[in-house]
Amino acid sequence: MRRSIPAAALLLSLVALGAGCGTPGGDDSDTAEKADKEAAKTVAKPDVAAAGDVTLTVWDQEVRGGQEAQIKRLNEAFQQKYPNVTIKRVAKSFEDLTKTLKLAVSGAKAPDVVQANQGRPIMGALVKGGLLRPLDPYAQALGWDDRYSKLLLDLNRFSSDGEQFGSGNLYGLSQMGEIVGVFYNKSKVSEPPQTLDEFEQSLADAKREGDIPIQFGNLEKWPGIHEYETVLAKTADKEQVRDFVFAREGASFDAPGFEDAAKKLQGWADDGYFTPDFNGTAYDPAWQQFAKGKGRYLIAGTWVVADVAKQMGDDVGFMLMPGAEAGADPVSLGGESLAFAVTSKSEHPDIAAAYIDFLTNADAAKVLAETGNLPAMPVAESAIPKGLSADVFAAWGRLAESDGLIPYLDYATPTFYDDISAAIQELLARKVDPAQFISDVQDKYAKFAESR
Amino acid sequence: MKAIAPPGEPRRIGYLYLAPGLLVFGAFVLFPLGHSFWLSLFEWDGITAGTWVGFDNYGDVVSDPALRRAFGHALVLIGFYALLPVAIGLLLAGLLARARVRGLALFRTVLFLPQVIAMVVVAVMWRMIYDPNNGALNELLRAVGLGSLAQSWLGDFDLALSSLGLVGTWVYYGLAMVLLTAGVQKIPPSLYDAARVDGAGMVREFFAVTLPALRGEIAVALTLTTIYALRNFDLVYITTRGGPGESTSVPAFQVYSRAFESGQVGSAAAVGLCLTAVIFVITLGINRVAERGAR
Repeated sequence: MRRSIPAAALLLSLVALGAGCGTPGGDDSDTAEKADKEAAKTVAKPDVAAAGDVTLTVWDQEVRGGQEAQIKRLNEAFQQKYPNVTIKRVAKSFEDLTKTLKLAVSGAKAPDVVQANQGRPIMGALVKGGLLRPLDPYAQALGWDDRYSKLLLDLNRFSSDGEQFGSGNLYGLSQMGEIVGVFYNKSKVSEPPQTLDEFEQSLADAKREGDIPIQFGNLEKWPGIHEYETVLAKTADKEQVRDFVFAREGASFDAPGFEDAAKKLQGWADDGYFTPDFNGTAYDPAWQQFAKGKGRYLIAGTWVVADVAKQMGDDVGFMLMPGAEAGADPVSLGGESLAFAVTSKSEHPDIAAAYIDFLTNADAAKVLAETGNLPAMPVAESAIPKGLSADVFAAWGRLAESDGLIPYLDYATPTFYDDISAAIQELLARKVDPAQFISDVQDKYAKFAESR
Repeated sequence: MKAIAPPGEPRRIGYLYLAPGLLVFGAFVLFPLGHSFWLSLFEWDGITAGTWVGFDNYGDVVSDPALRRAFGHALVLIGFYALLPVAIGLLLAGLLARARVRGLALFRTVLFLPQVIAMVVVAVMWRMIYDPNNGALNELLRAVGLGSLAQSWLGDFDLALSSLGLVGTWVYYGLAMVLLTAGVQKIPPSLYDAARVDGAGMVREFFAVTLPALRGEIAVALTLTTIYALRNFDLVYITTRGGPGESTSVPAFQVYSRAFESGQVGSAAAVGLCLTAVIFVITLGINRVAERGAR
């Protein structure tokens, strides 16, 4: 008995300590209303030069190579143009930013501009908490709608209560685009396939000749999402995929074409079209093997362009996965970099909006292209680089024209990244058949849909 | 005239001396612990107002098959992280008790080395070793004609957890060995002499002399390695991220993914506290058993 007394006392004191904190997160009853009012306002074009001395604190994650180069150049140019503005840059790695952003933005000394990851866990949660400012008035005053294709803006939209993703108020702008497409080894694929059938034929040829048809490393779980969606873009309607990703009313994973994609992908795995033991092979070694000349195709994002081009020179090309018919409007998995958003607590929303405008205007697009990035907005013909990047820029241009991007599936629910990536590993290892795969994933999605 | 109090009286003054340490302990251990407990009673995304759910998050730990599996994996890992290293350590210690080895310090250092390397580095290294197509392990197997044994070490649903576990064994057997050989050296040689005079063989000697004398060291080694096994996060995070499927998902990884990736802070706190409780109970059990035997 004696022993339990200190234990009980400890427990009680713990609860008492905790109780002092109140409900975590505090009260947020009227944030949605406030946000809507804010979004409906009209503003004049911000006059930065007349604003007096202002310090703008910016949290970004543009810390790697060309990303760092572009943001440094643009920050400098902005301060040169407006000497009254000082930009205090806080650079963090992506992982660091993800972990600290919520705390920073809800704290007393919130930064003015932050880079927020699209989707429910970060941007959605921040919107729900009323911590980001709707930028619709500025979008109107500064003409942002013409800068981006519809999907790219939708990805940065949320309803004011943070519940509906992909529509509602605009909460940020992104600088760079990314496409998940098909890299091909030009010394083995002289004429890139024009249809999906031709592509599959080419895979079969490669297999027969003893080459690896598609280099694929899925140890980290997420690469499988890219393979699946690259095929899904061909078997399902793009609007249906978007409806699902944005979890719109009535959306379901059990939609036409979703099972076909699973079947096709499992078929490819069965036929040995991927790197052997892909579930145990890491992502980087897989594309590095491709860059070394092993394998015919690689399904990967434009983030590996620089490294692959460095190794392969002119021997590599980039294309979008071809559809059923040659020359059809392209549809492909892709997205954009983290959005620059303005916090509600910022005392200089005008300056912050002008800064975001500056990071995404036509001049910025040129800087982005010059520093080896793929600008999300249209870029002048003269700024387009040569080589592999030219293929990527052309593909991006075509996708923007036809509004052909489908967003990453893992945006769909807060836990969907884990759900879908684990399920695809199971599908490709033949632990489940395509029908089971669809119903397992749909069950997980339904749980989220019900809880809303 | 006032009576002079004996030293240490009044007793309460002792708390004054405790205060600095207690304050630090309170601020950095007790308070966060209490706060986690408080958070675990809510459904909270980290930003907006949380919803009080009482002990529902704890119910999920038991009822959610994914979490149950994660705790199951952690228990399997205890085998690889704690039992196996201690067994290997004991074997080595037993051998060293018999024979005096030249260059013992060198062997000890070499075997202890994995323990010194940061877990992140270990994980990156083993990810490369385990690579099915170009990794050192499969290449080695193929080189010696055992190509049929080459595996997708981290990609196979049945193998991945054991593969990760063996990395743990590799890291921690050095620790166990150092603790146990140190223990062996303090066993009086006269005990061994006595055992030998009584006609004990190598095995008998091990069970009659070495093992009982090492009880305390075994408890320490088991406690440390069990804690490492249960809180294992970095290895999973860097290699498999819980995959393939969910076959290497562990509680500590669930805490991370829930708190920082999917916005389930309350659930993350509950999983974390349950993990703390499990660690507490298991280590308490180990030490109880060791103490009881010592009497």
